[in-house]
Amino acid sequence: MRLTAITAAAVLATGAAFADTVAPGDVQFGEYGEVATSLSGMDGDADAGRVIFSSRSKGNCAACHAVAQLPDVAFQGEVGPELTWTGEARTAEELRGIVSNAKMTFPDTVMPAFYKTTGFTRPGDGYTGKAATGELSPILSAQEIEDVVAFLLTLQES
Amino acid sequence: AAFAGGADDDTLTINGDLDMVTKAAAPDHLSDVLDEVISGWHFRSDETQQLQTDDFENQGMIFVDQAIDQWNTAEGTEGKSCADCHSDPADSMVGVTTTYPKWNEDAGEMRTVQMQVNDCRTNRMGAEAWKYDAGAAVSMEALIASVSRGMPVDVAIDGPAAEYWEAGKDIYYTRYGQLELSCANCHEQNYGNYIRADHLSQGQINGFPTYRLKNAQLNGAHSRFKGCIRDTRAETFSAGSDEFIALELYVKSRGNGLSVEGPSVRN
Ligand code: HEC
Ligand code: HEC
Ligand code: HEC
Repeated sequence: MRLTAITAAAVLATGAAFADTVAPGDVQFGEYGEVATSLSGMDGDADAGRVIFSSRSKGNCAACHAVAQLPDVAFQGEVGPELTWTGEARTAEELRGIVSNAKMTFPDTVMPAFYKTTGFTRPGDGYTGKAATGELSPILSAQEIEDVVAFLLTLQES
Repeated sequence: AAFAGGADDDTLTINGDLDMVTKAAAPDHLSDVLDEVISGWHFRSDETQQLQTDDFENQGMIFVDQAIDQWNTAEGTEGKSCADCHSDPADSMVGVTTTYPKWNEDAGEMRTVQMQVNDCRTNRMGAEAWKYDAGAAVSMEALIASVSRGMPVDVAIDGPAAEYWEAGKDIYYTRYGQLELSCANCHEQNYGNYIRADHLSQGQINGFPTYRLKNAQLNGAHSRFKGCIRDTRAETFSAGSDEFIALELYVKSRGNGLSVEGPSVRN
């Protein structure tokens, strides 16, 4: 696809491993909150995404979303919709936008933004309850977002 | 999903004869967001619920017993005990918890039960103030709550209380921290749903102080607020802060009509 070709060209042009990482503040959201190009400039790894999805210290997406394809993940949440068919219902561009900042797609949603570092009220230093010191890191890195998106795309009714 | 979801239909009777109101019509000020207010008791497992039905099983009552000893102990430069002025708490303290936090006209401040107790300690007994939401303070709050069990929460939100109530309401609806979640996101929009292993309640405080199986101690409302805000990856407020006093008044008013349950048992 055309976008991938542009990305590949850019990687070649600069030669730097993270040259194509889009910073959280520079993400371009489309009209419906979609994000066209890979945030890391690389493809996502669905297996890594599966771990990020379920792990409490990473995305902890399972806190709010149930996924039938993860029978070994205990206590899947009910706050968000079940994502068992999301790979059929949504495109990579839509999913990347939703995971980066779901409020661009669903205004006022309770779903947190995973690739955002500014604009918070009383941001903390992780889960310490203390004030953040210095700049925040996004909850997930650019590559981790891509990994989760790759995993979500595998969620199809079999 | 495969989960039970929602509040259960069980009823709570304590010691076989004290019937508790654990579901009530929402107070007027909530009419556009909730129809019914529900005690957190309904969202716990049967095993946890059971512990609150009998004072011999309710481990919160151990702390109430400790507070009874404290009640009778003279302290401070005046050599007085609570009992010297208030005799038996089973008479003198009945109903107190239903109306706190409460405006104190003389001091010109909104007072929680713990603040009132500390006022008696420092100004009337010449004793040290207790640390907010720590051991002795929470135990005494539990003793005072226990004698109002079964009585409806009925805090005033008008008159001088109004500005505190508004401030508390603002906090309740503010989306804090990197997760940008407000109390309302979890406890108004999602009560009855599971968030991972936790069955979300309405976050009511009619049951405070609460004995939690998780930390095997009595927990004050401000400590619970702290924990919930911390979980949004936010900088919390401190126990006893103006923000939490206002939030306590607001959250308590969301439970107007529910029975006082403290000390309750939660996981
Ligand atoms: C605190 C709760 C919460 C967490 C944590 C959460 N979500 Fe969501 N998510 C929601 C809610 C609620 C919605 C529904 C959108 C709305 O508000 O209308 C949603 C929507 C979505 C959708 C769109 C579903 C559709 O097609 O309409 C996807 C995809 C999604 N979430 C993926 C994720 C992933 C991946 C993560 C973790 C990296 C995650 N969510 C973490 C609550 C959450
Ligand atoms: C020297 C007398 C004195 C002592 C000792 C004393 N108090 Fe008080 N207390 C008062 C007075 C006076 C009031 C205000 C009038 C009232 O409400 O009874 C009050 C009010 C209270 C109230 C608020 C009652 C209400 O209806 O709003 C509580 C709760 C309370 N005291 C708890 C305690 C506790 C607990 C102790 C011991 C740690 C204690 N007091 C020690 C005199 C005392
Ligand atoms: C990310 C979700 C989340 C947010 C945001 C949140 N809470 Fe909670 N809260 C919980 C969970 C989970 C529990 C434990 C289960 C339960 O009782 O609901 C809980 C429990 C409580 C309880 C104990 C209820 C009882 O009956 O023992 C109170 C009170 C409470 N929360 C108040 C608040 C207040 C006030 C705020 C905002 C300052 C808040 N919570 C924000 C998730 C949240």
